[in-house]
Amino acid sequence: MVHDTAQSERIIEALAEGEAVQGRSLWQDARRRFFQNRAATGALICLGLVVLFTIVGPVFAQWSNEEIDWARMGDIATEGRPSIETGHYFGLDELGRDLYARTIQATRTSLIVGVIGAFVAVIIGTLYGAISGFVGGWVDNLMMRTVDILISIPYMFIIILLMVMFERSFFMLFVGIGVVSWLDMSRIVRGQTLSLKNREFVEAAKAAGVGWFKIILRHIVPNLLGIVVVYATLLVPLMILVESFISFLGLGVQEPNTSLGALISEGAGTVIYGTLWQLGYPLFFFLATIISLFFVGDGLRDALDPKDR
Amino acid sequence: MTAYIIRRLFVAVPTLVILIVVCFYLMQAAPGGPFTSERPLPPQVLANIEARYGLDQPLWKQMWDYLVGIVTRFDFGPSFAYKDRDVNDVIAQGFPVTLTYGAISFVVATLVGVSLGVAAAIRHNTWLDYIAVGATFSAQALPNFVMAPILVIVFTWQLGWLPGGGWNGGQWQYVVMPVIALSTSYMASIARITRSSMLETLNSNFIRTARAKGLPERTVIWRHAMKPTMLPVVSYLGPTFVAMITGSVVIDIYFSTGGIGRAYVDSALNRDYAVMLGVTILYGGLTVLFNLVADIAYAWLDPKIRY
Repeated sequence: MVHDTAQSERIIEALAEGEAVQGRSLWQDARRRFFQNRAATGALICLGLVVLFTIVGPVFAQWSNEEIDWARMGDIATEGRPSIETGHYFGLDELGRDLYARTIQATRTSLIVGVIGAFVAVIIGTLYGAISGFVGGWVDNLMMRTVDILISIPYMFIIILLMVMFERSFFMLFVGIGVVSWLDMSRIVRGQTLSLKNREFVEAAKAAGVGWFKIILRHIVPNLLGIVVVYATLLVPLMILVESFISFLGLGVQEPNTSLGALISEGAGTVIYGTLWQLGYPLFFFLATIISLFFVGDGLRDALDPKDR
Repeated sequence: MTAYIIRRLFVAVPTLVILIVVCFYLMQAAPGGPFTSERPLPPQVLANIEARYGLDQPLWKQMWDYLVGIVTRFDFGPSFAYKDRDVNDVIAQGFPVTLTYGAISFVVATLVGVSLGVAAAIRHNTWLDYIAVGATFSAQALPNFVMAPILVIVFTWQLGWLPGGGWNGGQWQYVVMPVIALSTSYMASIARITRSSMLETLNSNFIRTARAKGLPERTVIWRHAMKPTMLPVVSYLGPTFVAMITGSVVIDIYFSTGGIGRAYVDSALNRDYAVMLGVTILYGGLTVLFNLVADIAYAWLDPKIRY
């Protein structure tokens, strides 16, 4: 917005000289707003560091995540302490494995589960919500009543049921999480679609004879992108929480794979023996990841959805 | 109002039936029966066992019997792992404990969350508000399975104030930590929702009118602002309830409170499908019931909903 005279004069001058005025796109605007938010920027840096740690961390590891340090496993409470000399920067876990390597592996697992889970949820939720909202009528009614029914089922039990009855694998975990987590997304997208579908550009597309599914993909979904991005970012920590919860109960990913929830569970169980690091390090990475994701998501919402402040 | 409740029941009842049917068929679709073991049983023995549990019947018949058993007799059938117990025994043993601390946690989370949110909104942009916002934002990242070990380290190992587990008939020392662990993150969410909702309400025209006609601030808040503020909070209570029920599993495991969550995880590890199913359906039923109550409360609070 042009409000001070000096600036408007400059613009008039620029126009007179035939220079093109650089406009700002929606996304540039959002980026500027996001980086003005100090908490969100800090959280983004923190998140970047965690990701960097999972990529670069293994280079410094002196032990692999499956190797057992036989020499020290007899007395983990004293000899398994975190120390630079032994090469166990984060100490040993209760079986004598290097916690540094295990933490990297766990953080990586949790991040991947979070991102893929959110991705699945976003794709299903967006398409479902957009179709429901755009088609309308009894289809909309049926689709949304289905969501109403599904949403009132305690989904954690369904995931556990799936994991136990079939095999406990990553694939089943993704299916389980993906199947239940798109519900909120579809509701949000449907609401947005309802407000978009009577706009002129959709009408123009209809008049040009574009098919309904193509209208959804080409005209509706791109306009939903802002809100989808925000909720996708907020879904990632939720997915990590769900996965950690299941792993904490010992029903999640199986050894030798591990995730932050599984490590926290192990650490919480062995705290009695004074091995505080077994809980501390995984917990630190867990909290750092979740809290920064929350802040980034919040910052994105403020940046992309300015009216909702 | 009655018509509205009946209309909601039309959604609630099918939900329950679908939940039962889906869970039942999932159980059937799982590879390996409950009596598959590494040492195969003689076929005659297996046939006898299956006849005892009704597994030799056609699938739809089993399904129907199961459904009828639940609806008419509240009977979830026999446990597959324990010969002398049925699912009802397992539920009857653990459920009162879970219900006790679950209900306390729910009330605590709601009361503390709402008061904190309202206080932060009234003192908007003061240090109280900033502390509340910061604390609730971080506390959302403290789910029950993180809170539980932290609480035990601090209050049991360091300070020695509270017992680290057990139930002991529900003495208060044994209830404190489960309640805190279970309610923290939801308390934080409720506080955040209350705060933003209250801020929005306080900016609306009818509040300005109430202030303009000279009502004391206390009356403005309690009489006029509270009801619309509670609307989004009430609609969040449904999900909170579900999440607490789910979280109780962690509490039962970590604090050995002897609630139903322990039985659930044990049955998951033993592949005792009957108990898993029973607990899932029981929790599903509670969820549906609670959502119904929340919907009705919402309709009662919101003058815009016409029923």
